[in-house]
Amino acid sequence: MTSHSRRAPRHAAWLAVLLLSAALPARAATPGETIAGAARSVVKIYGAGGVSGLEAYQTGVLVNPTGHVVTVLSTVLDSDIIDCVLDDGRRFAGRLIGADPRREVAVLALEGEELPALPLAADHPRLAPGTRVLALSNLFGVAVGDERVSAQHGVVAAVVPLDARRGAYEAPYRGAVYILDCTTNNPGSPGGALIDWRGRLVGLLGKELRANASGVWLNYALPVDEVAKAYDDIIAGRATAPAAVSTERFDPAALGVILLPDLLDKTPPFIETVRTGSPAAAAGLRADDLLVAVNGRAVPSRMAVQQALGALAVGDPVRVSVVRDGAIVDCDLGPRPAAAGAP
Amino acid sequence: MRAVSVGSECRRKEPRRWVERHRLHAIAVMVAWVVAAPAGADETNVGSPAEIAEAAAVVADAVLAAERERVGIMARAAEAAVAIFAGEAGGGSGVLISPDGYALTNFHVVQPAGLAMKCGLADGRLYDAILVGLDPTGDLAVVKLVGRDDFPWAALADSDDVAVGDPCFAAGNPFLLATDFQPSVSAGIVSGVHRYQFPAGTILEYADCLQVDAAINPGNSGGALFDATGRVIGINGRASFEKRGRVNVGVGYAISANQVRHFLGSLKGGRIVDHATLGATVATAEDGRVVVSDILESSSAYRRGLRYDDEVVALAGRPVRTVNAFKNILGTLPAGWQVPLVFRRGGQQREIEVRLAAVHPQAELAAIVAGEGGPRQRRRPRAPGKPPAPGEEQPPGEGPGAPGPQPQRPEPPSLPEALRGLHEARPGYANYHFNVVERQRVAAAIAAHHRLERPAGPWRLVGRLVDGEAFRIELSDRRGSIDLPTGTTTVDATGELDANPSPPGSGGLLAALLVWRRLLLDGPDPLGRTTYWGAVVAAAPGAAHAAVYADVLEAAVAGVEVRFTVMADGAVAGIDLWMAPDADPCEVRFDAAADRAGNGLPGMFEVRHAGTTFGRFRIDEVVMEAAAETAPAAPADDGGAER
Repeated sequence: MTSHSRRAPRHAAWLAVLLLSAALPARAATPGETIAGAARSVVKIYGAGGVSGLEAYQTGVLVNPTGHVVTVLSTVLDSDIIDCVLDDGRRFAGRLIGADPRREVAVLALEGEELPALPLAADHPRLAPGTRVLALSNLFGVAVGDERVSAQHGVVAAVVPLDARRGAYEAPYRGAVYILDCTTNNPGSPGGALIDWRGRLVGLLGKELRANASGVWLNYALPVDEVAKAYDDIIAGRATAPAAVSTERFDPAALGVILLPDLLDKTPPFIETVRTGSPAAAAGLRADDLLVAVNGRAVPSRMAVQQALGALAVGDPVRVSVVRDGAIVDCDLGPRPAAAGAP
Repeated sequence: MRAVSVGSECRRKEPRRWVERHRLHAIAVMVAWVVAAPAGADETNVGSPAEIAEAAAVVADAVLAAERERVGIMARAAEAAVAIFAGEAGGGSGVLISPDGYALTNFHVVQPAGLAMKCGLADGRLYDAILVGLDPTGDLAVVKLVGRDDFPWAALADSDDVAVGDPCFAAGNPFLLATDFQPSVSAGIVSGVHRYQFPAGTILEYADCLQVDAAINPGNSGGALFDATGRVIGINGRASFEKRGRVNVGVGYAISANQVRHFLGSLKGGRIVDHATLGATVATAEDGRVVVSDILESSSAYRRGLRYDDEVVALAGRPVRTVNAFKNILGTLPAGWQVPLVFRRGGQQREIEVRLAAVHPQAELAAIVAGEGGPRQRRRPRAPGKPPAPGEEQPPGEGPGAPGPQPQRPEPPSLPEALRGLHEARPGYANYHFNVVERQRVAAAIAAHHRLERPAGPWRLVGRLVDGEAFRIELSDRRGSIDLPTGTTTVDATGELDANPSPPGSGGLLAALLVWRRLLLDGPDPLGRTTYWGAVVAAAPGAAHAAVYADVLEAAVAGVEVRFTVMADGAVAGIDLWMAPDADPCEVRFDAAADRAGNGLPGMFEVRHAGTTFGRFRIDEVVMEAAAETAPAAPADDGGAER
């Protein structure tokens, strides 16, 4: 066996494909060009943290030339000084101008002009599972100064509602996210850019979260249309309050469901009675039904039911699954009320 | 943040290969996408399954051909992958880089294995391998597989050509899965280049390394990172781990092929090599400049004029814009190399040549290689006060199966039959046997190039300095003399040479030329303690892969230290002679291209000392007398020299 290494020209595979694409309207940028173009808009953010497993750094994306940076709302931003370092090494002081606590998106302002921005496409269609994407982030803080953030490649594995926790804490967002097949969500990654292979911003890398169902660490991104909505709300001043999101318990009595008294550590959520004329009665729930899921999330105990309902925003649709005579029955209870009803 | 080495591991076995296969399919999709992208309508999600299906229908043959080619490249590259087994101490990966069995791996893979190890190849056979050279600081090692002279191998690429986004793949032995020696292949893209990863204490520093999202797991350590054409761009050895446990999180690091190239000569020469320090530290000033924050007065840089607060602009031909960049450049250079440094002071820019000192005292390096706490110590050294990272621990390697041999020990009786005679213990060396091998190779090249033999009379070198003044040099076994416009000086060649740095200002030119004559006539071995030192860049025409490396022989002769730079054809290209340690050497640089006398000797040479040029000598005539010095002068026996 002799050296085979010089037989094939560099990127032979790419070359073959590019030659064949000559008849097509435009030449595709190489992955390197796509990454280099988009990475100019990715910002390394340094703020508070560095203790008890909380990183003091994350990532953000410049979304307009006058210096608005979208990032993930986190403890990193709990700092008077938020350092933002651009791809070319320029350093700016970031000013937190607002946050959407439900989507956990924050906007920082940098004092700059003609900065390289990736547009936030509010009308971008949701990516289909199987779509190839690239993730650009300040993972592990390995890039400093004018060093480029890290690039990873992957595929959108699923588009599903987020159902996750970080440690003991809930993630308030329950909307759709892109689940990715690569490990994009590392320390420092939150707020990183998810781009398609044309370099367009299609999502924002989320926090490090674990799936409620399986406990595995999630690799996910918030779709760009949700990021755009959060950005618009923040700029319009609509999203500075925690938007009636509560991680506290919510008694299902407000929906007409009276559960068995909470006598044990994990009292199973059997329905004792259903109040007549209530949303629960209208949805067809009955006494002795066992609640097993609220909005797709397993509820093994009475406490879990209250927590699952408490995690929903006011107005979010409430769908429950119950076991009745050995079969699972799904019921739609309508929008979640604003406050707990009568006990 | 933690990045830890991922080498020796782990008896836990998991069915992970399907993951690698899955990634192969992902490549097919990636190739398909490039075709699809231009055709895709804007309202379609780029790279969506529908778009790929549409594109594949148009150019399926080309895609399939590209895919077949890629699978073929991976299969051929995998043939060069080595599964290293170190018994109870774990194991890792390696890659063959020459048909005679030299393979690269990580220091932290072979350190617990000791002198001998078993290596499996994709052909399904198990080979004996012996330790050759170690670089504890750079986490590199060279081993040699035995039993064939036609091993499959892979060539080193120029890793400075690697760009973010380039496809790449790793072939190795993750989780020590390869019980049938078939390497696992994982593909990805290059995530970052010129990364700096802090060392564990003073060793295992990853400077100027490549970052990839190809899966790098425990056991992949020491294996190759290949580019899309199957050339080696790096040696995988490290990954960032965090709360998810000691498995890949898409952040692996590889030692660059160009750094490997810098150290390869010394490693093949059986040495325990050290990395370089400038003798100065740098820091970022408030205005962003990289300035000298501390400097040793004993350093070469200080002697050449570098001072506290000077701005470092470039090192070894590469720009220094951040402290990381400085560490990246320095971290890839071997101790003892001479490199240019550009600095700025008060608006004025200066370029100096600095000699890089060693990071570690040799005894310290030997202790690290031996495992710090004694020969049974199996764990990697860790910086004092640095908490152990999750999963950073290596299997302790206890038990009766643990290999006994250590690099510093004499050849143990347990050395397999196939490796007998391939080891010689000597302090400072991982395996001195290979130093002898390299020294004999260089000696043969010198002899073949010059074809000079004893008996030999005096040599007379007559010519002119570049400014036109005449010179005349006479070298014999008894004495050396030089006539210069500034006067005549003489050195007694029969005694110690360190007392006479003649002619004045040269740092010892006559001594250097006398030792040079002895080398050409007698070969390196009779000079004194002659060893193979390693390789240096003799010419760097831009690209690193095109750099011309020259061998360096080191000798201690009559009180002086000498290093000869020898080109691949055996031509001696340079002499560096130290009258005393830590002094500035006399540097002689021969221009082999200007061989006017036609006898294998150079036609021109330049002499430098202490940062200034002493003189440039044009040789018009070389006379080599054949008779003994005591005999009357006879006609020069050119035939003898040319034979």
